[in-house]
Amino acid sequence: MSAPADNRPAHTIVPPSGWPLPDLRELWGYRDLVYFLARRDIAVRYRQTVIGAAWAIVQPVAFATVLGLFLTLFGRVPTEGVPYAVFALAGMSVWLFVSGSLSSTATSTVASSALVRKVYFPRLVIPLAAIIPSIVDFLVALVVLFVAMAIFGVAPSGNIVALPGVFLLAVLVAFGAGLWLSALVVRYRDIQHVVPFLVQVGLFVSPVLYQLDLIPERFQAVYSLNPMVGVLEGFRWAVLGTSPPGELLLIPLTVGALLLISGLVFFTRAETTFADEV
Amino acid sequence: MRSDPALRVEEIGKRYWVNRERPASTLGEALTRSLTRRPGRRGSGDEFWALRDISFELSRGEALGLIGRNGAGKSTLLRLISRITAPTTGRIFAFGRVATLLEVGTGFHPELSGRENVFLNGAILGMRRHEIQRKLDAIVEFSGVSAFLDEPVKHYSSGMHVRLAFSVAAHLESDLLLVDEVLAVGDADFQRKCMGKMQHVAGEGRAVVFVSHNLNAVQRLCTRALLVESGRLEMDGAPGAVAARYLERWGPAQTGGTAVIGDEVARVGDGRARIRRVTLTDLSGTELTAVHFGQAFRVRMQIDVFEPVPEAVFEVGIASADGDRLATAQSIDAERPTTPLAPGAHAVEATLRMTLLPGEYALTVGVHRRNGITLDYVEGVLGFSALNVAESGSDHYPWRGVRGYIRPDSVWSAPVAADPPPSPAIR
Repeated sequence: MSAPADNRPAHTIVPPSGWPLPDLRELWGYRDLVYFLARRDIAVRYRQTVIGAAWAIVQPVAFATVLGLFLTLFGRVPTEGVPYAVFALAGMSVWLFVSGSLSSTATSTVASSALVRKVYFPRLVIPLAAIIPSIVDFLVALVVLFVAMAIFGVAPSGNIVALPGVFLLAVLVAFGAGLWLSALVVRYRDIQHVVPFLVQVGLFVSPVLYQLDLIPERFQAVYSLNPMVGVLEGFRWAVLGTSPPGELLLIPLTVGALLLISGLVFFTRAETTFADEV
Repeated sequence: MRSDPALRVEEIGKRYWVNRERPASTLGEALTRSLTRRPGRRGSGDEFWALRDISFELSRGEALGLIGRNGAGKSTLLRLISRITAPTTGRIFAFGRVATLLEVGTGFHPELSGRENVFLNGAILGMRRHEIQRKLDAIVEFSGVSAFLDEPVKHYSSGMHVRLAFSVAAHLESDLLLVDEVLAVGDADFQRKCMGKMQHVAGEGRAVVFVSHNLNAVQRLCTRALLVESGRLEMDGAPGAVAARYLERWGPAQTGGTAVIGDEVARVGDGRARIRRVTLTDLSGTELTAVHFGQAFRVRMQIDVFEPVPEAVFEVGIASADGDRLATAQSIDAERPTTPLAPGAHAVEATLRMTLLPGEYALTVGVHRRNGITLDYVEGVLGFSALNVAESGSDHYPWRGVRGYIRPDSVWSAPVAADPPPSPAIR
């Protein structure tokens, strides 16, 4: 049953030093664990809440409706002719994905402390598995969005071919930031409380419920440093055919790539002491 | 002999810091500290080596037992080999796939069904999906919970839970199996299964590292043992010899007669009373180092009481040589009254009747209040043997040892002819 004797060690354990790189090959070997952990989170969530799967639908619709009513009453928001309900729903579906995955990845390492203390596996599996339920929620929200577009008579734009690319940008930003937070939370528990605050503020400093054009021209450059600006403008351009984001997309790409690479390195260095700290 | 290694550990050390300024556990704390810390003064402390200079090699087919007291570093060593935590110094080479079993059912989720948990738990232990799928029938059959496989495990009894979880682990193909005290849970049947599986693993030419307090289990299961003491490797040899060394060092401080308990002895209690001496005697008051088979014996405690104790309760415990409590007698058993104790010196005697099977035992003594507060309590204060012969010389076992610790009173019927079992087994 066991393989013939091979006198080279399968793995060598040495004291951690410097800035190690993640072992992506080993991580690939654990892809099934990512799948089963994500599946557990999805299954448990839907079995424990009364409305279950409907949650992924109710959340963006409720947000968009309430905020839509509010903004319709207190001032008109320019939307390039798109019905505001559809406009807001589009923004909300992306925003709920980013904020949801940020919160779940950030707390994932501490939430998995029981596993981390008892068994070895590449720790990167944890944040990776944590982001998947948010991706599933996003896909449900996307369907809701298309239904709303059909109801309000908005045809999807031809730019929709770019949708996967724009969504990948959102994943890049959310996962990069989530990776950093998940490693930091192990050492500094109060980071957990920073995340909801970040999410709340983010909703208003990102063009979720309004367009970038609403920001005075001279502030737009600074405002656009927020990587969510490019992602949201890009998403509405792809789905609703609003004005193209152009080079705005480079900001989430650059910021996301930097966050992801630095996050991977930081996480890999931090993970060696997870079991002693969680 | 060593040509087919499973594991090589080279000068492994693991350092922790104690009495050190605790690392900041919140970002806020880290910031305030970095602002207020006097320059040039890094938070210093005492280093504590949980493990130091541990080297050994393990070949395929060997079952290695790790023996040591609590906190000696056995579990830390296991966690290093399994890569849960990283060493401070040294290197470890693992040849082949390593499976770690520090607890049964790591990651089991109560809301998920048995089947879902098998897949999740298998993946956590490092199995691929198709591997689990292939073994699912065997796993389910071994666990005996097939009828409830699609029920959420929150509806399982704890026994079913443990059986299913162990079954997953038992079907993990690994070249090196690391097991920590898992046997402490589960019923006897489960423990037997678990032991059998581990023996099977070693017999197949794979390797096992097994941490346990149970010296008997280590001796039964392992082909070799390491004694770990204060983070160092104290002895490497045959399980019997290593267990003997352990007992010699950490067994009761004194065997038989009277034990004088000095102030340096580790004890538990609020200090309002101190047990000074414990004596083991026969019923005529003669000191004993061994009790005969079935012989009644007396435990005499001398106690200094410093403050009045309204409702004193005395306790005598009997433990096996490796520390498992086997029997407990208390002065309030069978609704006997508590005793008030005035300050001063007191002596109290307990007469015990029980038939201990031949072997080594240790006495534990304590004084408590009825409300549960412990005044003084000393574990393993006095060792003694139980002999394989009654006082009269008539009652004894023809074998070298008998499993277990206690012989219950029993009455046996004479065998009578019985109906043959229904349908003789095939072949």
